[in-house]
Amino acid sequence: MSVTKKKSRTNPKRENGKSNTIKLKFDTSWSYAPAPESKSAASIKPQYDLFINGEWQKPLSKKYFETFNPATEEKLSEVADAGSADVDKAVKAARNAYDNVWKKMVPKERAKYIFRIARMIQERARELAIIETLDGGKPIRESRDFDVPTAANHFFYYAGWADKLEYAFPNRKAVPLGVAGQIIPWNFPLLMAAWKIAPAIATGNTVVLKTAESTPLTALKLAEIIEESGLPPGVVNIITGAGETGAALVNHPGVDKIAFTGSTDVGKIIQRAIAGTHKKATLELGGKAANIIFDDAPIDQAVEGVINGIYFNQGHVCCAGSRLYVQESIAKEVIRKLKDRMSSLIVGDPMDKNTDIGAINSRSQLETIQKYLKIGREEGAEMYESGCPLPGKGYWCRPTLFTNVAQSNRIAQEEIFGPVLSVLTFRTDDEVIEKANNSPYGLSAGVWTDKGSKIFNMTRRMRAGVIWANTFNKFDPSSPFGGYKESGFGREGGLHGLAAYVTLENV
Amino acid sequence: MGAPSSTLLPQFSLTPRIDQVGVEERAARFTTRSIKKEAKLNGLLLVLNMIDLTTLEGKDTAGKVKQLCYKAMHPHDAYPGLPGVAAICVYPSMVKVAKKAVDGSGIKIASVATAFPSGQAPRDVKIRDTKYAVNEGADEVDMVISRGKFHEGEYNYVFDEIAAIKEACGEARLKVILETGELGTLDKVRRASDIAMHAGADFIKTSTGKIQPAATMPVTLVMLEAIRDFYYKTGKMIGMKPAGGISKSKLAVHYLVMVKEVLGEDWLTNQWFRFGASSLANDVLMQIVKEKTGVYQSANYFSID
Repeated sequence: MSVTKKKSRTNPKRENGKSNTIKLKFDTSWSYAPAPESKSAASIKPQYDLFINGEWQKPLSKKYFETFNPATEEKLSEVADAGSADVDKAVKAARNAYDNVWKKMVPKERAKYIFRIARMIQERARELAIIETLDGGKPIRESRDFDVPTAANHFFYYAGWADKLEYAFPNRKAVPLGVAGQIIPWNFPLLMAAWKIAPAIATGNTVVLKTAESTPLTALKLAEIIEESGLPPGVVNIITGAGETGAALVNHPGVDKIAFTGSTDVGKIIQRAIAGTHKKATLELGGKAANIIFDDAPIDQAVEGVINGIYFNQGHVCCAGSRLYVQESIAKEVIRKLKDRMSSLIVGDPMDKNTDIGAINSRSQLETIQKYLKIGREEGAEMYESGCPLPGKGYWCRPTLFTNVAQSNRIAQEEIFGPVLSVLTFRTDDEVIEKANNSPYGLSAGVWTDKGSKIFNMTRRMRAGVIWANTFNKFDPSSPFGGYKESGFGREGGLHGLAAYVTLENV
Repeated sequence: MGAPSSTLLPQFSLTPRIDQVGVEERAARFTTRSIKKEAKLNGLLLVLNMIDLTTLEGKDTAGKVKQLCYKAMHPHDAYPGLPGVAAICVYPSMVKVAKKAVDGSGIKIASVATAFPSGQAPRDVKIRDTKYAVNEGADEVDMVISRGKFHEGEYNYVFDEIAAIKEACGEARLKVILETGELGTLDKVRRASDIAMHAGADFIKTSTGKIQPAATMPVTLVMLEAIRDFYYKTGKMIGMKPAGGISKSKLAVHYLVMVKEVLGEDWLTNQWFRFGASSLANDVLMQIVKEKTGVYQSANYFSID
């Protein structure tokens, strides 16, 4: 028996000095076998009610809506559609828990509950990862290695702060705000729930959290964990619904604080709605991050960082590095390397452990992305997509990049929220800083250079809440995250994340 | 690459920068590819066929080398039909014995040379060492670079030496050992790779196996990327040989994943990729038998050489 291999194709033409005829062949005869994660390791109920006051309550609205697996378009479950009466019930439960239990509890005791939730997330990590992937379409590799562990880390981190607030804010007394109304997006459902809930309850607030319409399941699973953890009823209430439910929560007079992650348009509506009220807010909105590669950068690692920066979670990331600025002298090389790297990305079944890019979260998001692909082509940019085959059913988009993009193109200005990279070029440091800042957004950015002084020069002058140097998309509970300009205000994570849930009084 | 081309040579002190953290992250990502069933079996057969079965000891004898050669041709006759290994790797003094032992099997004889493993000898001695190995019948020569000169910044010296050995090799393919464990940083691994390829290496190889750390995935990744860049620049394919420290099939398959995703189809053959290893073969055989029969057999069922 000989080693089974396809007949080797002829060698590429070797013309002196013309390397553009040379191409690497990534479609190899030795390929990976499917390695699907098992669905049976997760249990999803056919129907979910609202988690209010520590128990599962039928919606007063009597309405339910379906949630789908975007990779197969199959129905996974149906969840309650909370109406304003349900929101009112949840806010009242939270208020009651705040006034009578949580506010009064010794911080050390609060911490114990939060630690317990963190550990239970770890214990049920596999199940949570599977459900996150089924409901949202993200690859199991990411939900397993990123979403779930990072969510647990946030609970651990803020559990640690719960009884140490006097050290977080020396010579001040940190007083909780009351009831926090929290609205989370569909791109990182469990992780965003953790980002929101952990600091809020660690500082003594109680919570009404509304999940995104298309991805309610992991937050409901978190509600089961919270129920099992014995957290006093009403401290965390988790409700499901669409935009109207969110509006009812934002407008409820019993809410003291709104924490929202989502689109800039909705962020503006929320700001208008709470203007003139006592409600505080943190908004974490859209982005169009500049990822900048200088000619002295470690290029192969920069290319890898750019790939992760834009194709992570199908590009459904508010801090995705969707605008790539490459110094002109290395633009050709970088684009070639990007294309080579894109050829080894596997798009397909999100449950397969080898999948790099999963399904687009919903049909409407796929339509938005396709609209921008059309706009990009019409604007005269050159579109390139990888040749990976796509499954027949479900919502899919190949990793795509546009070259010949101008600063004035819409694909360079507007948030696409999909696996679409716009490549622009620049000549000097000043030019690229100006171009990077030339955006209504200011959430994140990346700088790739071997020169330390250049990193500090760039990061000091760029208006972005988070700037990564020689890396991208790195998250840690201890580091604050949030934006400038239309990317929102307020910070989540770290000490700053605590500050968003307290008022500081003099002692 | 002949001598007159020196004006076209890149400035080796300006080779691309390498970010170690990024390289390690990328290398770790290859290990998360799930390889099982048919993909695993095909991968293992490929690995077996890429091994340079090696003995490089002071106590090597004709008897030992002959036994190793038999193993190379018949890795596990209890399970007939398996591919042989790619080559036998020995010291120059053992080349003749090995050549005779594998005659007609298609298995290549690789010989280390150039005052292996330290390389601390005058150039004429290294050239004689190389010529001796080739005259004895070596198909491939595994040379070591002068790491001392490299650290002194004498890149031209290192370059010229490789070019001279390449000339001494004649028809034999030249593998250039960088001994990455002595180079210190990945930037230097990249620089040494570029020097070797421009000077005429047919293969670049990580280690002698005498220094720790030997081959690692990050080091190999940097070298594969250097090969890729060189290929785009010149159209010339260069082979890669990680050596030392790869003794388990699972790790070897991770290396295959790396080759597949960095260089693609053309390099997935023993013409362009080798493993320098001695104990890897038996672990691969054990896994192949397990894949075929569904049960593991103890190490006692696999001959040690």
